[in-house]
Amino acid sequence: MGVIEINGVSKSYGQLKALSDISLEVGQGEIFGLIGPDGAGKTTLFRIMTTLMLPDAGSGSICGLDIVRDYSRIRRIIGYMPGRFSLYQDLTVKENLDYFATLFGTTVSSSYGTIREIYSQIEPFRDRRAGKLSGGMKQKLALCCALVHKPAVLFLDEPTTGVDAVSRKDFWTMLSRIRESGVSVFVSTPYMDEASMCDRLAMIRDGKIIGTGTPAGIVSGYPYRLLAVEGKRMYPMLKILRVAEGVISCFSFGNSHHLAYDPAKTGKEALLKTMHAAGFDDCSVREIVPGIEDCFMQLAGK
Amino acid sequence: MTMREFWASVRKEFLHIFRDRRTILIVMIMPVIQIILFGFAVSTEVNEARVAVCGDMSDPQVARIVDRIDSNRYLEVTGELSAPEEIEGLFRRNGADAAICFGRNFGSRFHDGRAQVRIVGDGSDPNTARMITSYIAGVLQDVQQDADISISGEKVPSMTPVVKFMYNPAMKSSYNFVPGVMGLILMLICSMMTAVSIVREKETGTLELLLVSPVKPLWVILSKLMPYLVLSVFNFTTILLLSHYVMEVPVNGSIALLSLVAVVFVVTSLAIGLLVSEISSSQRTAMLICGMGLTMPTMIFSGIIFPCESMPAVLQWFSDIIPAKWFIIMVKKVMIQGDGFRSIIVEFGILAGMAAVLLAVSIRNFRTRLQ
Repeated sequence: MGVIEINGVSKSYGQLKALSDISLEVGQGEIFGLIGPDGAGKTTLFRIMTTLMLPDAGSGSICGLDIVRDYSRIRRIIGYMPGRFSLYQDLTVKENLDYFATLFGTTVSSSYGTIREIYSQIEPFRDRRAGKLSGGMKQKLALCCALVHKPAVLFLDEPTTGVDAVSRKDFWTMLSRIRESGVSVFVSTPYMDEASMCDRLAMIRDGKIIGTGTPAGIVSGYPYRLLAVEGKRMYPMLKILRVAEGVISCFSFGNSHHLAYDPAKTGKEALLKTMHAAGFDDCSVREIVPGIEDCFMQLAGK
Repeated sequence: MTMREFWASVRKEFLHIFRDRRTILIVMIMPVIQIILFGFAVSTEVNEARVAVCGDMSDPQVARIVDRIDSNRYLEVTGELSAPEEIEGLFRRNGADAAICFGRNFGSRFHDGRAQVRIVGDGSDPNTARMITSYIAGVLQDVQQDADISISGEKVPSMTPVVKFMYNPAMKSSYNFVPGVMGLILMLICSMMTAVSIVREKETGTLELLLVSPVKPLWVILSKLMPYLVLSVFNFTTILLLSHYVMEVPVNGSIALLSLVAVVFVVTSLAIGLLVSEISSSQRTAMLICGMGLTMPTMIFSGIIFPCESMPAVLQWFSDIIPAKWFIIMVKKVMIQGDGFRSIIVEFGILAGMAAVLLAVSIRNFRTRLQ
């Protein structure tokens, strides 16, 4: 039985359907990622799982406790880090931590073992107001506050949004250490590159789960072969590529276009020829292995 | 929830208050400033009102009356006018508060009983104008009486109304303002500050964390109300001390009873603050609701500025639902008149009922979840 089980959960805000028929299962000691763009319904799903909102339909349980009926017992065993920095900006690091420890019926000293590794990094600033911390340190403090009562499940809603690249990397290292201590982690992110850090993940778009599995499993399920096309004048190039013979889809990925193609109809050489004919002389095309984002785009397009 | 968690929350709330300069300003300084402002600056008392005279000053009868006006402690003769047409210009220049015009041949007609005198008040401030003109009329009445005696040589049977204000013999406006300001400040601090502090947690998202914690929502509420209760006690004491020692408003009744009344009113206001926080989604909304929805009606309908008795019946009914009205009535009775509990039992019952209903509704509506 999973630590988190969600069955057919739906939620609407008036006319807007935020979640429709979401089902998920998260195992013990797993880092489960929820990947999707802004507005996909991630935060709503978090609020339903953390008993802050009631689903319109469907059911769910955390560690066998019903998310509607047993909400007060669930609140004892979960740690939650909301999307925005939600600590008291006018209290110091230490005051914040002490307060949340007390609120959950524990003390910082008695749970020091759990948070030591993270807290030691912000301890030098313990008398600084939380509002005066850098983004990375705020995030560490928020994580400490969510962990201080040794929760069985940790819910992290977009913990790495607005945090610099180095701190993001640190953060994922911390998460894998937390998992080693037996805590299950449910984490959401809009960054596709973080997906590979999860044990399993679900991709969400417009309130629907469009794919779920291990990162490797999702990537291996990608049905097409993929080329990366680079060159100057990327945007006009994209328009030509999309209508070329044998091209299934083409999306812009930063400094290259990822192009899914049908090997029976076209190939690397054929595409290069097409591009030359259209006046794009400086193109380079190479075969690549699909990533999570390619899978997301493909599944979202279905 | 144990007491340890409760006190940690109370302590946290106090830290918020003491670390925000604006809050400190509103909570600590505003009551003092308001009391002093209302007590001294915004006073409806008339002192040394300036009276201009128009008439024949060589007439001994006119001179006598002018002398008497000048010697009145509330009035002062500032100048002579040659014609009544000058009065308007004088008022426009703010050269006088009132004018008195004596008719032609005032002295000789006085004895025939045909003398005419006109009092002209600057009516732009009707309350003050009414007071000044009535002072002048009083002086004229005295002169008339003396004249009656001197003519007949004996006291003719007549009557003179002697008006005395039992609990405020000097007609000091501070007697009216102190209970009013007390109500206003306690209302403002308890309702507005509570509402804003809860809505702030909604805005920053910390309320989400408080709700996700195992602590019961009722305790979260109580721990947020507690500091404002303490602050109101502090403010109540400050206002009482200030009004007694600076404004010289007497405290005739029992202080214990007065405090009890104040506590009931504070609880009512806290419950209102809680209700406001439940229906508003931003600090600005909460502030607006408290300002427009609570402070304004409290000022208008609780009798601080306008007496409720002179309002249309519909507005009087409306004024009945304003808690501050009942509080102010009770403060006046207990503090100024020195009445006991027996005489305020009706008002006390009404206020206590309001407190109970509002508290029950606001606690019931406090969500254990987000909307």
